[in-house]
Amino acid sequence: MTNPMDDVAAHSQAMLVIGSNTTEQHPVFGTMLRQAVLKRHAKLIVADPRKIDLTEFATLHLRLKPGTDIALLNGLMYIILEKGWEDKAYIAERTENFDEFKANIMNYPPDAVSETTGIPVEQLYEAAEILATTKPASIMWAMGITQHTVGVQNVMTCANFQMLLGNMGVPGGGVNPLRGQNNVQGACDMGGLPNFYPAYQWVNQEPNQKKFEAAWGVSLPANIGMTVTEMMPAAANGKLKALYILGENPIMSDPDTNHIRHALDTLDFMVLQEIFPSETAEYADVLLPGVSFAEKEGTFTNTERRVQRVHQAIQPIGNARQDWEITQEIARRVIELGSRKPSDAPHAAWNFTSPADIMAEINALAPSYAGISYERLDRGERLHWPVKDAEHGGTPILHVGKFARGLGKFAATVHVPPVEMPDNDYPMLLSTGRVLYHWHGGEMTRRAEGLMEVYGQSLVELNPDDARRLGVNGNKRVRVASRRGVIEAEAWVTDRVPPGMVYANFHFPEVNANQLTIAALDPIAKIPEYKICAVKVELVK
Amino acid sequence: MVNFTINGQPVQAHPGQTILEAAQEAGITIPTLCYHKDLSPHGGCRMCIVEVAGARGPLTSCTTPATEGMQVVTESPAVIEHRRMILKLLLSAYYDRGDNKDDGRENELLHWAEFYGVSYSEFAAKEPRYPVNSDPNPFVWVDMNKCILCSRCVRACAEVQGRFVWGLENRGFDSHVVAGSGVTMLEARCESCGACVAYCPTGALDNKMSVGAGAAEKKVTTTCTYCGVGCQFDLNVRDNHIVRVTSNPSAPVNGMRLCVKGRYGYDFVHHEERLTEPLVREYLLQGKERPHGDRGPWVQVDWDTALNLTARKIAAARDTFGADSVGVLTSAKCTNEENYVMNKFARQVVGTNSIDHCARL
Repeated sequence: MTNPMDDVAAHSQAMLVIGSNTTEQHPVFGTMLRQAVLKRHAKLIVADPRKIDLTEFATLHLRLKPGTDIALLNGLMYIILEKGWEDKAYIAERTENFDEFKANIMNYPPDAVSETTGIPVEQLYEAAEILATTKPASIMWAMGITQHTVGVQNVMTCANFQMLLGNMGVPGGGVNPLRGQNNVQGACDMGGLPNFYPAYQWVNQEPNQKKFEAAWGVSLPANIGMTVTEMMPAAANGKLKALYILGENPIMSDPDTNHIRHALDTLDFMVLQEIFPSETAEYADVLLPGVSFAEKEGTFTNTERRVQRVHQAIQPIGNARQDWEITQEIARRVIELGSRKPSDAPHAAWNFTSPADIMAEINALAPSYAGISYERLDRGERLHWPVKDAEHGGTPILHVGKFARGLGKFAATVHVPPVEMPDNDYPMLLSTGRVLYHWHGGEMTRRAEGLMEVYGQSLVELNPDDARRLGVNGNKRVRVASRRGVIEAEAWVTDRVPPGMVYANFHFPEVNANQLTIAALDPIAKIPEYKICAVKVELVK
Repeated sequence: MVNFTINGQPVQAHPGQTILEAAQEAGITIPTLCYHKDLSPHGGCRMCIVEVAGARGPLTSCTTPATEGMQVVTESPAVIEHRRMILKLLLSAYYDRGDNKDDGRENELLHWAEFYGVSYSEFAAKEPRYPVNSDPNPFVWVDMNKCILCSRCVRACAEVQGRFVWGLENRGFDSHVVAGSGVTMLEARCESCGACVAYCPTGALDNKMSVGAGAAEKKVTTTCTYCGVGCQFDLNVRDNHIVRVTSNPSAPVNGMRLCVKGRYGYDFVHHEERLTEPLVREYLLQGKERPHGDRGPWVQVDWDTALNLTARKIAAARDTFGADSVGVLTSAKCTNEENYVMNKFARQVVGTNSIDHCARL
């Protein structure tokens, strides 16, 4: 998020939530959005194919067809330009490439956009007027924007929108992706990505490579590595031989489960560091017991780039060990074995004695974390990165006065239909995600008794029209099949989904939507198109 | 600023600020039950009444704005007598079976009863009027015998969570809190966030998973393991077990707010399926080739065996097939520090940039 949650909750006069089921996926922020509407009458526009709970609080629900986000936003920007509502001074001072952007927007007149998105022209005008004339306005999104083959283009379109209205770098504005996992922001920040060293320092830029070579005392590869969505095919075709997995469950969470099973089965060796024998453990050769959040010290970085402390409440269960210690033990042993010994360098060694020690090395090598210390956090300081040094107070709002890159660059983005749309053989559209009572692959929540009592089996959302057509009546068991797999589950007959669309989750191994999903990737982000694939639905008789 | 006095002491208030808020800022305690700083003022329990010079009777300090020159007395004999009467009346409709009496948490009603010398044994109801544990919600324990009709739950659900599950039904002695129009909480669209429990002053609403779990030996403030919002709360610990999660009002992101997973989704930590010992496949210990398909039985080993074996396999893959034959998946569930060492392991130790996690998934 460019802007903190409390800033949005307190200062946004209008809010566009597009592709985020906020009250179920970020429930506490969802309550803040509800209260912004209830208490100070902020205008809320929800753009989502599903009638999610948040639509009850919305001024306007734009029920777009799945996969038409670019058409919708470009269409709104067409109207904004047509009416002259754009922030001309902001565009002139703070941005570049406006003319090329504008020429592209001219391809999105309301009639055509209405046709593409399924949203009535009047609603397009109403939405454009609310968002353009109610300042400041913020945009929030989650995987509904990113999990598409045009995920990157979708995000750039959101950024265009906020630059056009001068909503970047101001309180109550911003582009605000809601990060899913508790520390997905931190995992990215810490170099848990194939293209970046910690703090987004490109691995293929020589000065960065030199910096880390000098710090770690080894020569480092200049090539960008593989993403998880590339590692799996590489495992399947024998290029990837060994995999070290910490606390992830690809069998549940990756697209096209049958393909993932084949890939993991083909690996020569997999070590899995986990708290449970997860579905992925079946393919592991070594299983190392790590610890849960309640058993560890450290920091998480939340969706608004705020670094917060994690404090150990209980001793590790059984003979489980701290995860950082396990990694350190493996690192020391691999180095000991020989062919790649680091030379003497300031951070070459593996002699951390505590998470605080590790944070000190992070401070030295990750500029945006340079000023973050346990001492400051434990004192109650509010630190959103970048925190440039021990005196710097952090950066709650990004791009104030100037964009990180200088001028904000408008991008011309083009609506491209999803890779696999419904056809005669697979006539319905499947979208996937999570539900309030479960979390991701369900490893934790399926082992929480009360959560299972409320939501104990996977439900597939099915529109009443489709249910009638399929003959769902009393017996609600349906079979959902794609070109890649098939699941059977209970239908939840509900108008949350529009006719022609079903929605399923990936919390339960026996009814995992990822049996069905397609591993079609965004060419830049390599993110799978989880939100759209073609399926057929039948009643199980 | 508004200048006035409380018990003769000069106090300042912001325009519009209530007597109670100004008193609290000045460090003066006025007893309250239905008041909570996060919720709209209710003025229902009348514990916070004060005498104001020139007023016809006592005023509720939680709803009365301070005005210039106001003279407030918080503990006059008349006010104290009023409060004692209120406490006696509340206790007369208060019955506690004792399910949670050893949980070590403060009951605000009993606190003030004791403070004002109102005897629990003398005045508390001797018989229940409602069934105990009357709602099937797996997380929220409902015991209307302990309800004092302060309506904090009603307001918390509406004003914090925005869900409007709770309401008040009937009048007078028969009035009580109900979910929806007298249905179960879940039928009334409850999201099981537990805000009503967090704001309840008496334990009429409580955490079902924690009933009878006893008092916490320590509370540890930490950050939630589920989503990216970054809520903080207190893990209440006893005998190395989490016995309950409680809101920490000073949590920087969320304050008292939590969701169902944050407040009630913690029992996985102690689940019997937790991995507690390192395991390796039997074929590795026997020095055999990996079997096709099923990798064979697990064998429990000591840490050194598991770690040495892992290191040998990773080093061998790297040395035989090159560094890019080794991949590392780090974890968005783990800490920054753990992710940093995974990044260092992939790049420095193995020599590959093939490290990723589930950010895309």
